[in-house]
Amino acid sequence: MSIDMSQFHQVFFEETAEHLASMENLLLGLDIADPDAEQLNAIFRAAHSIKGSSGTFGFTDLQDVTHILENLLDRVRKGELHLRNAMIDAFLDAGDVLKNLLAAHQGEGEADRVAADAICQRLRQLTEAGAVPPAPTFQAATPAAGFDLYFLLEGGAGATTFENLKAELATHGELRAATAPAVPGQPWHVRLSGAADPELLRGLLEFVARNDSIRIVPLGTADAEAAVLADAPDGAYGFFSAPAPATASDDAYGFFDPLPEMAAPPAAAAADDAYGFFAPLPEVPPAAPADESYGFFEPLPEPSPAPAPPPARKEARTVPAAPAATRPAAGDTTIRVGVDKVDQLINLVGELVITQAMLAQSAAQIDPVEFERLHNGLIQLERNTRDLQESVMSIRMMPMSVVFSRFPRVVRDISQKLGKQVELKLSGENTELDKGLIERITDPLTHLVRNSLDHGIELPEVRAAKGKQPVGTITLSAYHQSGNVVIEVGDDGAGLPRDKILAKARERGLGVHDQMTDQEVFALIFEAGFSTADRITEVSGRGVGMDVVKKNITALGGRVDIDSLAGIGTRMTVRLPLTLAILDGMSVAVGRETYIIPLGYVIESLQAEPGMIKSVAGVERLLQVRDEYLPIIALHEVFRVPGALAALEDGIMIILEADGTKAALFVDAMVGQHQVVIKSLETNYRKVSGVSGATIMGDGRVALILDVAMLVDMARRALPAAA
Amino acid sequence: MVQENNSQQAAGDAGAYSQEFLTFTLGPEEYAIDILKVQEIRGYEPPTTIANAPAFLKGVINLRGIIVPIVDMRIKFGVGTVEYTPFTVVIILSLGGRVVGMVVDGVSDVTSLRSDQIRPAPEFAATVDTRYIKGLGTLGERMLIVVDIEKLMLSGEMALVEEAAQTP
Repeated sequence: MSIDMSQFHQVFFEETAEHLASMENLLLGLDIADPDAEQLNAIFRAAHSIKGSSGTFGFTDLQDVTHILENLLDRVRKGELHLRNAMIDAFLDAGDVLKNLLAAHQGEGEADRVAADAICQRLRQLTEAGAVPPAPTFQAATPAAGFDLYFLLEGGAGATTFENLKAELATHGELRAATAPAVPGQPWHVRLSGAADPELLRGLLEFVARNDSIRIVPLGTADAEAAVLADAPDGAYGFFSAPAPATASDDAYGFFDPLPEMAAPPAAAAADDAYGFFAPLPEVPPAAPADESYGFFEPLPEPSPAPAPPPARKEARTVPAAPAATRPAAGDTTIRVGVDKVDQLINLVGELVITQAMLAQSAAQIDPVEFERLHNGLIQLERNTRDLQESVMSIRMMPMSVVFSRFPRVVRDISQKLGKQVELKLSGENTELDKGLIERITDPLTHLVRNSLDHGIELPEVRAAKGKQPVGTITLSAYHQSGNVVIEVGDDGAGLPRDKILAKARERGLGVHDQMTDQEVFALIFEAGFSTADRITEVSGRGVGMDVVKKNITALGGRVDIDSLAGIGTRMTVRLPLTLAILDGMSVAVGRETYIIPLGYVIESLQAEPGMIKSVAGVERLLQVRDEYLPIIALHEVFRVPGALAALEDGIMIILEADGTKAALFVDAMVGQHQVVIKSLETNYRKVSGVSGATIMGDGRVALILDVAMLVDMARRALPAAA
Repeated sequence: MVQENNSQQAAGDAGAYSQEFLTFTLGPEEYAIDILKVQEIRGYEPPTTIANAPAFLKGVINLRGIIVPIVDMRIKFGVGTVEYTPFTVVIILSLGGRVVGMVVDGVSDVTSLRSDQIRPAPEFAATVDTRYIKGLGTLGERMLIVVDIEKLMLSGEMALVEEAAQTP
């Protein structure tokens, strides 16, 4: 009856990743001086669930780390050990190691065994260092009455080897139990009683077992063990924890996991029903509460204490979809769907919107009185399509908390590294943003936060000298504003040093002068290779990054602004469109063509007075707007559109800004402002210079979306040539 | 070609192997393309022009939500009079995942040609590179120029694909 476990692996990976994430969040939220018992329990449950399910699937490396982690957590939550900062660090690092192992199992990257061993060692030390001697634990001070040995046999070694080993072990103590694993790949188990030297036992095992798989768990005295069982019911359910003194028999194996027989009355045990996803359940006598709820795949309890494995297996397999009351939210209110399916749906709805717009346009020409019902139907259709589009778009929307949740950790790690004290404030985590944007905004945001930490927030003593709170504050907030998502990264640090930036810019030969506005000066930090940091730290200061941040955000159709006040703080404001598929655009007419300009680049539009247009070398090339001279890009010349207005004062000048450079785009007329669905030109054609994509207008015609950055760049390069 | 010959021999008689072609006219000339490459045939509608594109690339149209480039073969091959009337026809081709429209003077019919009816094209200088001509088909009095439309459209010459941008 072999079951293909791999079909459940994906579920396991996702579950474990979620557990790890929630564990990390909880750890960061812990108050070290006065930890909340409920939070500790939640952390413990997360670790416990990971241990249980990784054991089930034979991911022993994950299991080993979580086991040790769990032991330590267990003692902390029971108050045997005092929570210390070092522990939180170790827990977080263990979380990282687990993530690495998990990724390796998923085929991404290599498992870092060294790190895994190191963290196990560290956790063990922490467990032992803070041990309160009289506490009944596995590492009881009384001499061990025996050992539980767990190990994986070397490849090729089988039952014969095991028999030989048993004989050998029997010379060192009384062999109490020897169990072969139910599922290949899981450890063998031998229980030995008597006071043997654990190192000697390890030496013996190393002959036949894989070195990294050997675990020797001392048994407490009988009394201590009973106390542990009564005290820590959870400990007794774990896959690896010591079974009750009664000999574990093969019969006790359930569906995926061994079901340790419970010798102690389970009344106390039933109270703590925090079972993880695949965690084994103890055998529960009929007297146990009947309304216990079991998770997905959890083996059902055997109906009576008498071992009856086959029915248990069968039952367990037929009820995999049994409602899991312990995990109410996740199971039945969400479904996982491939992004491609959602995207296809969005595309189809986009086309529906276009078709609807076409119909509306045609219907505008018919007599509304005569065709009243048709008109009403079309109005209804318009409303329905709009609602449908909004709902479909919302499928791709994810809350900002997905991104924000990583920052407590980032801030904690970096501030420790830099010796700074920083408090992170989050707001607007529920602001929704397109999934594609969420994924691509994470890195730029991380960079901004690191930047604030490194350059913004001062060291505690510096802050104190300035009369500020020694603890700096970094605020991350997100909110919607007129069809955009605005994300702000603020700090109450030193602010940007205007003079220093200007000096650095001069040094680098950038065209700067003292009359530049603060905004313009601060924008200089987005220049490639620009850094005012006096020394290069591990965190930042190499001058690589801010330009990439700006580039990435611009590529997403967004922009970033900086406000800063010396001594008060800095605020970086990132503005992003709600989705990547839809663009706010201004449509302009040139000749008979229509072009779309992404609204984010448009600063203003005006009709040029003859006096505003200045010529250079006989060619009208510059537009004077207030104090600035802007290069003029005549769109009809760039795109060779026939029949367009030629006189610059007849048409409209649209002032654009891209990459910090401004230019005036000359077009015939402005048509309107639309939300347009972005279509790729490259699907069936190729990239066209000056055009970033295409869209379909209400009349069914194709309009090209201008690549403003490239147009402005063209103007900059064309200018010296023309002059 | 080798495969075609083999299958012809395998069939044992010369008439067994035949293929369906869509024939169209460009001025006085008749062309034939593999019918399996044709997605649909539709009327001409003025496309959105693309700046700085070759003259034969008329622009792009919206084909049920997909942006499709339109190529005028009359300009490309330099035959026929280039005018756009309500009867001007666009053949929409589906070529290896890409959709391309091509303007022709008119679509004639669908014919099947046996491989023995297709003669190899002699080497000659023309606006069409003979690389893209599979052969010359004979159908009574008519001479059909059998074009490998996929190879032609995706070649650098048509500048429809990205790699083409680099080739001079």
